[in-house]
Amino acid sequence: MPETKPVLMQGNEACAEGAISAGVRFYAGYPITPSTEVAEKMAVRLPDLGGVFIQMEDEIASMAAVIGASIGGMRALTATSGPGFSLKQENIGYAIMAEIPCVIVNVQRMGPSTGVPTAPSQGDVMQARWGTHGDHPVIVFSPASVYETYYLTIAAVNLSQKLRQPVILLLDEVVGHMREKVTIPKDSKLMVEKASDKVPADWKPYDDKGLAPLVPFGFGHYYHVTGLFHDQYGFPTGDPPQVERSLERIHEKLMKYRDEVILTNYIGHKEPRVVIITYGCTVRSARAVVKKAYWNNRMPVGLLSLQTLWPFPDKEVKEVARKADVIIVPEMNMGQIVGEVERHVKDEAEVVPLNRYDGEMISPDQISEMIGRWLA
Amino acid sequence: MASIDHLTKDFLRTKKLPHIWCPGCGNGIVTAALVRAIERADFDQRDVVIVSGIGCSSRAAGYLNFNTLHTTHGRALAFATGLKMARPELIIYVIMGDGDCSAIGGNHFIHSARRNIDLNAIVVNNHIYGMTGGQHSPLTPGGKKATTAPRGTLEREFKLLELARGAGATFGARGNAAQPRQLEQLIARAANHKGFSVVEALSPCPIAYGRRNKLGGPVDMLKEMKENSISIERASRKEQSELEGKTITGVLFDEDVPEYASEYYKSIGKSIPVRDNG
Repeated sequence: MPETKPVLMQGNEACAEGAISAGVRFYAGYPITPSTEVAEKMAVRLPDLGGVFIQMEDEIASMAAVIGASIGGMRALTATSGPGFSLKQENIGYAIMAEIPCVIVNVQRMGPSTGVPTAPSQGDVMQARWGTHGDHPVIVFSPASVYETYYLTIAAVNLSQKLRQPVILLLDEVVGHMREKVTIPKDSKLMVEKASDKVPADWKPYDDKGLAPLVPFGFGHYYHVTGLFHDQYGFPTGDPPQVERSLERIHEKLMKYRDEVILTNYIGHKEPRVVIITYGCTVRSARAVVKKAYWNNRMPVGLLSLQTLWPFPDKEVKEVARKADVIIVPEMNMGQIVGEVERHVKDEAEVVPLNRYDGEMISPDQISEMIGRWLA
Repeated sequence: MASIDHLTKDFLRTKKLPHIWCPGCGNGIVTAALVRAIERADFDQRDVVIVSGIGCSSRAAGYLNFNTLHTTHGRALAFATGLKMARPELIIYVIMGDGDCSAIGGNHFIHSARRNIDLNAIVVNNHIYGMTGGQHSPLTPGGKKATTAPRGTLEREFKLLELARGAGATFGARGNAAQPRQLEQLIARAANHKGFSVVEALSPCPIAYGRRNKLGGPVDMLKEMKENSISIERASRKEQSELEGKTITGVLFDEDVPEYASEYYKSIGKSIPVRDNG
């Protein structure tokens, strides 16, 4: 691990710093609260690093510019919030289809529509999964702290490059705006997983045998990039077996690297009766409860926090379900990830939602009270 | 002058032909003019990128042997802006249809013009949405019929090059498929211009536009296109009344204004790489 220095930092700033540490040198965006600090930080930092910051005319253009820059060989990121995330969906689908690496940050605020600007919410979980049309693979990370934001941003950038797959960082207003101590490496170069710049002799941009590296434009490899279904060289095809195979291939590549794609963390009792499954800022309230209940009082409770929301951590959830009688799923929405938990837990345990959608955080008391009901 | 063999062998993906365009379509003529213009400009093939949107003319990208980027509907200029900023040394042509560029892509069009970023927009204007079967676009002349304007459109059309100029574009030219040599020269001049350039290439769509508006077959449409055109040089010697109903072709404006990507790189103290052709 490189040398580190502790600093006080905001979640959105940590996201920008994480991106820079991971080698992001291109940012395109459009102003929207509560994500604007990411853009503001990038506007200050990138020019000094020889990078590009550009404020585009709208969210759609920002997403397009990020993809364009990535095809040019620059690591690229954009940040937005709910209304902007809706607009970006079109070109997120393009990046998935054309397999262009990029990172999209959505600092969630309360919706639908303009909603309550800018009360916190976790209402975009399903939009992050299914926001763009068609059957598509997605990777979605959701940090619970400033520290996690920094490191998950780095992971998102590197994974995106490795898999040639857009990665979505789903922050919430609480994590985006709060300030915490975070230690970041002094020598950020060490955080960049360098891709090989050698192009294999039989290189095909969409090799159906595995993961072909992206060779940026301008190096004499005259391939085609399109949002249409395409063959191994990128040219449009409507051939049913080829269409089916390419759709399967873009899904399979995520599971080949499941260990890097699916990140979760369990704390608490080894044989829990009650397990809380949650993500984002709600992890903070849940952690406070589990610390008190388990560490202080040795109660049979645990917390499975999901850093990865999509692909859904099915194995990890099933594993805790086998031990627990009850799974509580607190979310700042009307119940989004809870459905997915139920789908995988089946009859192994009772799944209980705990929802709050008034623009306020779920408090530790709300969670303790719920646990108390089941342990009484 | 390059041989036709060289142009087809090096610049066209002949294995991807025949193209998808209808008989009598002008897209092939415009694409050929672009290919000859690239040859004329003598760029390193590795530096040339073709970006396109969605629609009939945007399919040209797939037939051209360069790095080619077929994007989403209306967004070609926004993708191209990101690419140009990341790789300012690349020469980027952006092929769009009239609907792609001026309706769904209208915002990107005016803002690319405003930035004066060095992209070469080629707007293939056939006055209609062809791929979806003939709906009216913002460049369908008032009164003309379309599947979505069966009694003739009541909407007024954009004056595309005036729009571009008003928004800040620094080069604007108009050519047509009936005069392909002139079109080739205009595209070549546009690429040598440093800044946002727009070449409006009028092109016949006999199937989805001509037939419904009783404009005759492909030959009639090309003939009318040629007869109705007058070069800006000749037009400057005519009275306004003599220009009634005429379409002016040639370079309509060409201004020297600082270009966005090079200004950005200058501002951060970074030089733009130049290819070493050794």
